[in-house]
Amino acid sequence: MAEKLIVIGNGMAGCRAVEELLARAPGKYDVEIFGAEPQVNYNRIMLSPVLAGEKRFDEIIINGRDWYDDNAITLHAGVEITAIDLERRRVADAGGRLYPYDKLLIATGSKPLMIPIPGNTLEGVMPFRDIGDVEKMTAAAKTYRNAVVIGGGLLGLEAANGLRANGMEVAVIHLVDTLMERQLDEAAGFLLKRELEARGIKVLTGATTESILGEDRVSGVRLEDGRILDADLVVMAVGIRPNIALAGQAGLACNRGIMVDDHMRTSDPAVLSVGECVEHRGQTYGLVAPLWDMCKAAADSLAGLEGEGYGGSAISTKLKITGIDLFSAGNFAGNEHTEDIILRDAARGVYRRLVLHENRIAGIVMFGDVTDSAWFYQLLREGADVSSMREILIFGQSYAGGAQLDPMAAVAALPDSAEICGCNGVCKGTIVGAIQAKGLTTLEEVRAHTKASSSCGTCSGTVEQLMAHVLGEGFARNAVPPMCPCTDHGHDEVRRIIAAAKLKSIPQVMQELGWKTPGGCAKCRPALNFYLIAAWPGDYADDYQSRFINERVHANIQKDGTYSVVPRMWGGLTTPAELRAIADVAEKFSIPEVKMTGGQRIDLLGVKKEDLPAVWADLNAAGMVSGHAYAKGLRTVKTCVGTDWCRFGTQDSTGLGVKLEKLLWGSWTPHKVKLAVSGCPRNCAEATCKDFGVVCVDSGYELHFAGAAGMEVKKTEILCNVASEDEVLEYCAATVQLYREQGHYLERMYKWAARVGADAVRAAIAGDEAGRKALADRFLHSQKFAQVDPWAERASGGVDAHEFAPLGDVTYLEAAE
Amino acid sequence: MKKKNDWIDLAPLDAVPRRGARCVKAPGGRIAVFRTEDDRIFATEDKCPHAGGPLSQGIVHGASVTCPLHNWVIDLESGAVAGPDEGRARTVPVRVEDGRILMAAAPLSSAAE
Repeated sequence: MAEKLIVIGNGMAGCRAVEELLARAPGKYDVEIFGAEPQVNYNRIMLSPVLAGEKRFDEIIINGRDWYDDNAITLHAGVEITAIDLERRRVADAGGRLYPYDKLLIATGSKPLMIPIPGNTLEGVMPFRDIGDVEKMTAAAKTYRNAVVIGGGLLGLEAANGLRANGMEVAVIHLVDTLMERQLDEAAGFLLKRELEARGIKVLTGATTESILGEDRVSGVRLEDGRILDADLVVMAVGIRPNIALAGQAGLACNRGIMVDDHMRTSDPAVLSVGECVEHRGQTYGLVAPLWDMCKAAADSLAGLEGEGYGGSAISTKLKITGIDLFSAGNFAGNEHTEDIILRDAARGVYRRLVLHENRIAGIVMFGDVTDSAWFYQLLREGADVSSMREILIFGQSYAGGAQLDPMAAVAALPDSAEICGCNGVCKGTIVGAIQAKGLTTLEEVRAHTKASSSCGTCSGTVEQLMAHVLGEGFARNAVPPMCPCTDHGHDEVRRIIAAAKLKSIPQVMQELGWKTPGGCAKCRPALNFYLIAAWPGDYADDYQSRFINERVHANIQKDGTYSVVPRMWGGLTTPAELRAIADVAEKFSIPEVKMTGGQRIDLLGVKKEDLPAVWADLNAAGMVSGHAYAKGLRTVKTCVGTDWCRFGTQDSTGLGVKLEKLLWGSWTPHKVKLAVSGCPRNCAEATCKDFGVVCVDSGYELHFAGAAGMEVKKTEILCNVASEDEVLEYCAATVQLYREQGHYLERMYKWAARVGADAVRAAIAGDEAGRKALADRFLHSQKFAQVDPWAERASGGVDAHEFAPLGDVTYLEAAE
Repeated sequence: MKKKNDWIDLAPLDAVPRRGARCVKAPGGRIAVFRTEDDRIFATEDKCPHAGGPLSQGIVHGASVTCPLHNWVIDLESGAVAGPDEGRARTVPVRVEDGRILMAAAPLSSAAE
């Protein structure tokens, strides 16, 4: 019969140890895991990107329910173990239930330190440790304005950045003069401070917190020098302490942490411990990389294998703030026996420092450009003698390690033992082996099988290069296609970084993402312009020069260089006065053709460009505005006559169509958006082949989405049924907004829905009331800036006047001959 | 009256938007005048060598323009079509002097002959 293994702690260390054990001795143990948090196992070091809004919680889950089920592991989520009886080999939960074990693994991690100052128990004062804290912080950011983070270390700065991304005013208080002083030297700390300040984060170094002010809830923070900072939220991130309470009470030998030997055994032979709660050879660790080696050693012990054991870890650090590149490892304090090699490029904000001790790299600090960090770190861990390449070492592998300017060659030259993913401790050999043995062809598969780049993700590029190296052509086909030849980034990546790094102009995006062409091209420029409009409503100034001609002159270019003009007819309704005005315009400007469109309005074809402003002025005077027949935006809302006239009509389809059109007009979307509202299931308005369609029924409204009748004919998907017109408007606004936020530029709604999954759209709109309302609110906010008639702006407002008049006329030259 | 070898003073540089273009009516057909992000000025006939599309209506990127009709890319310096397509748009000499755009007169009138 299998022995019983109990694991206390459902965190990264506990679960990783079990994974390692299952890889060595499946079935040897009957495993039960206890976790005080109510969730499955997630990646704690990825909480910062969740807080910054760059990842969702479900994206940082390491092992979902199915992992526990598949491996017959019993998970007691939300059950806290309160006592260990070493003698009888059993543990007890808070309710007094007893669980016997043969082997016990303690992975209780660490607790955040709360500094003992007055006011530290006020409401709004919190640590940054688990997903619950992230939820509290994002909730606070919705209501409150000012946040103070105490502690300018790794975690504190990530918290500050995340809160800033949530729109709060953020100040960081740090006790010493250099940010992240345990990982950075003064110069790099200064560059980091400057970068954070440029992002609008206030940084106070050399500042001591005296007390936290407030009645019930925190209202401010007082510093020792008397300064007072406004604060509605205080995050303490001053450090962690191994969580040894349970082990200590049980009588296991503890110092700062639970004492373990090289095989992760505690003072009781049946009890092992891994993670941030342990003390090994006098060291405790607060970073993730050492956990992996500990877990391997623990799994060897549990499996009864003679392993090498754990010999301590070299530690490297990366800051998980998008857009800030920083790397540090080893000992960089320096002393009389060490020497420095330093490279500075102030204009680029690049700083590199290598600390050498007896011709070996002892410490690395890099800021601004971390391209060679893996190589330097490898040299550090190997203890390699660098005297032969010392003069050029600082320039990196491309120069010092041979002529390897090509990144592929660089990655090919790495030894199998080179660590690629620092978060998960995965080396090159493991990745290459998995690709070859399991036939992996996508980055996602490599992540799933090796965990490389599955945590902070900064090594994704290196992993992809490695895949390209192993698979050759086979890999390129599976990679995310870049937006256009100007960049290697895909649409999603570009959108994510625009939001995360708060990029607010096209040149800034091109600079930050390393565009390969000076001014982009006709593909990426309009896409970037849309992504920026969608990300920063009211904040980003539309770049007309990056728009296709139709959206620049608000008319459709025809093959002879003339334009067509389509005034809006709300819901397909018009009046004799409007028709008269259209007729007058057609005659006045000798417009050669007048035609009905398929979207229930009138098209004036063959208008000369220089006549456009005057044509618009006349149409404006009759109360008409642009129909956006040229736009990647709302086109028409087609309707049937509904209950007002039709003997079959069930609802006021025409009136609802007008309301929808008034709600949506002027919005910019990834591609065109067409709507229709039919008054009964006979569907005369053909609502079931539109981007968003409404079919009225006796009981209310059947909502449809993701249809099309163009190059492809696609019947709509059913979204859901609703009872009132107000709901139709809300659901429609939310759906369009979701499409605006996720769609790739020039991707029709049906293609977007196919890519993300119609079920995912339904879940976000019909299955998530709060999410739907938030989407609709974001849409309405953006509409405040979008609903301006572009014709009026140009006919009488003087916008883009240069578009419509020639620069000059030199036809007289002919006469001069 | 301007002579054939004269430069014609067209307009101030700022009359053409950066990464944009405007047209000049000329005897042989319209001329498109382009201004790049870094204030270089180019001029070509306003006709794409492919299907005659108005190049002045295209998106200007770097020293190229993409035709609005079928996305052919034309190099403004040489008038040559980029990439797999072939063809060449006629260019017209232009220069900037004291913040004014000057265009060579000769090719304009000769185009009409």
